[in-house]
Amino acid sequence: MGRTLAEKVWDDHVVRRAEGEPDLLFIDLHLLHEVTSPQAFDGLRKSGRPVRRLDLTIATEDHNTPTLDIDKPIADPVSRAQLETLRKNCAEFGVRLHPLGDVEQGVVHVVGPQLGLTQPGTTVVCGDSHTSTHGAFGALAFGIGTSQVEHVLATQTLPMARPKTMAITVNGELPDGVTAKDLILAIIAKIGTGGGQGYILEYRGEAVEKLSMEARMTICNMSIEAGARAGMIAPDETTFAYLKGRPHAPEGADWDAAVAYWKTLRTDDDAEFDAEVVIEAAELAPFVTWGTNPGQGAPLSAAVPDPASYEDASERFAAEKALEYMGLEAGQPLRSIKVDTVFVGSCTNGRIEDLRAAAEIVRDRKVADGVRMLVVPGSARVGLQAVSEGLDVVFKEAGAEWRHAGCSMCLGMNPDQLAPGERSASTSNRNFEGRQGKGGRTHLVSPQVAAATAVLGHLASPADLSAADVPTPAGV
Amino acid sequence: MEAFTKHTGRAVPLRRSNVDTDQIIPAHWLKKVTRDGFEDGLFEAWRKDPEFVLNRPERAGATVLVAGPDFGTGSSREHAVWALQNYGFKTVISSRFADIFRGNSLKNGLLTVVLDQKTVDALWELVEKDPQAEITVDLEAREVRAEGVTASFELDENSRWRLLNGLDDISITLRNEDEIAAYEAGRPSFKPQTLQV
Repeated sequence: MGRTLAEKVWDDHVVRRAEGEPDLLFIDLHLLHEVTSPQAFDGLRKSGRPVRRLDLTIATEDHNTPTLDIDKPIADPVSRAQLETLRKNCAEFGVRLHPLGDVEQGVVHVVGPQLGLTQPGTTVVCGDSHTSTHGAFGALAFGIGTSQVEHVLATQTLPMARPKTMAITVNGELPDGVTAKDLILAIIAKIGTGGGQGYILEYRGEAVEKLSMEARMTICNMSIEAGARAGMIAPDETTFAYLKGRPHAPEGADWDAAVAYWKTLRTDDDAEFDAEVVIEAAELAPFVTWGTNPGQGAPLSAAVPDPASYEDASERFAAEKALEYMGLEAGQPLRSIKVDTVFVGSCTNGRIEDLRAAAEIVRDRKVADGVRMLVVPGSARVGLQAVSEGLDVVFKEAGAEWRHAGCSMCLGMNPDQLAPGERSASTSNRNFEGRQGKGGRTHLVSPQVAAATAVLGHLASPADLSAADVPTPAGV
Repeated sequence: MEAFTKHTGRAVPLRRSNVDTDQIIPAHWLKKVTRDGFEDGLFEAWRKDPEFVLNRPERAGATVLVAGPDFGTGSSREHAVWALQNYGFKTVISSRFADIFRGNSLKNGLLTVVLDQKTVDALWELVEKDPQAEITVDLEAREVRAEGVTASFELDENSRWRLLNGLDDISITLRNEDEIAAYEAGRPSFKPQTLQV
């Protein structure tokens, strides 16, 4: 019988397989950041172990880094200490590090792909659940805990039981105005936050094949929000074109050998998935969340659901709690929800195509009175690219704040946070209680919906903007 | 890792589903660089409410957490496991755990036990009616016992063996050093490298 993409990549990385034991998998790329690595380096130090493969390890600073005044010492002493700990550990063990201020610094899941380190058929791990992002290249990529970070540092392997496989087939083409973010939010709402538990998802079908690499990264990024171990998309010409010429992409004969191998990384026609979900792209529309987990979402044109409509008691209770926390009423149209803050950024939607899409919508328009719009590029390189295209000026002229790269308000470990009771439309990945700041309320949206929401002051899609929103230039 | 064989203790019933790791330990606690001192961050936002179950005087000293389905969803932060352990929990029972959280718990000796929701309901009723009621989680027998409840649970033999013996994963793996080196020798040259060595 044929094998799925996930099974092929898995099999190619088995170092040891023995009855009654998990497979021992070789790890091709280990990404580190400041939050989940200090205790792992401590462990190495205590046991006198070195980093086994410095040439497969790379670190950057992202979770704690400020997005303003990055040339000054970091104000929060605890954040500063954590970043200094990473610098000290990387220096002591010899790990390549891109610190704050470096041109290659940024959110770890933006940095790996843009350097060309994330490649098809590789295994990628990081002490961060959104490592699933790298699956967009046909890599097997998953988030790990700190004990596993130490394990990979010491052995370049991980013992793991092979997850099951689930196909998510998206038939047809996405309608105009519907983005990868809308698609993945709709998938999570359909299968639930636990729907992917124990599975590696493979996104396939016409709609997925037509997506750009960056859009594919948005999809795979949120696999974890469906509870999945990983998400993958088979590599194709789009993938190869993205990689060609990147700093760490193979060259010459290595490139040819790599592409020949990469082309074998497709699910065989006679392979069987353990589960399959089918989505019709034509039925999709801009999608937003109303609750406190990423599965609590609905099309923008819908209303806040009535908890009483849920048959399952625990879902009903969760919806009641969510509405209470979010300060929403059942039946309220989603478009009527006013926001205080709009956040464009994160490993989900902080790449150049996301910034271009948001800039196009706010160009020659103004952010609504009383709304704060924060634009945070996913990496320093993305920021530079945006500046070279004049996008920073577009955002600033619209009244948005243009910041330096980092995780920023996705999780509020740096000063970019919501105040209690404040409400955001956010292009990030989690709407958990307090995620963006104590008492903050988050609606997950696409960059396009975020930008339209910033202009109108309430949840909205670009289709809601009329020509009338474009202010008449002075003197005309 | 501390070994886990059998534990008996009083319980905290947490009647919530989808308890994500941001609730278990909020992000601002993640700036610490140690594995201890996270106990005050455990369920920090909810503990501001004096009626929250963990704040009830009759729950002081409880060591078994009985939680709703999909416990530990969200981020990979192992700090969530450390916070539960620092607070004093030895084991968590739920009908479903998020994968990464489950993996992290078993690597730290916090036994996560999967029971069907009907049994979880029965345990909730028991410990809500009688806060002094004790629950025994017996890893050797793979069984949970409490008044009126006897339920067996599954755990793969390898994880169970490591927990019962408190074994460190890294030293187990390094016994297979030869196999790792052999695999490394056969890797194709086109695989990515972060630096030249």
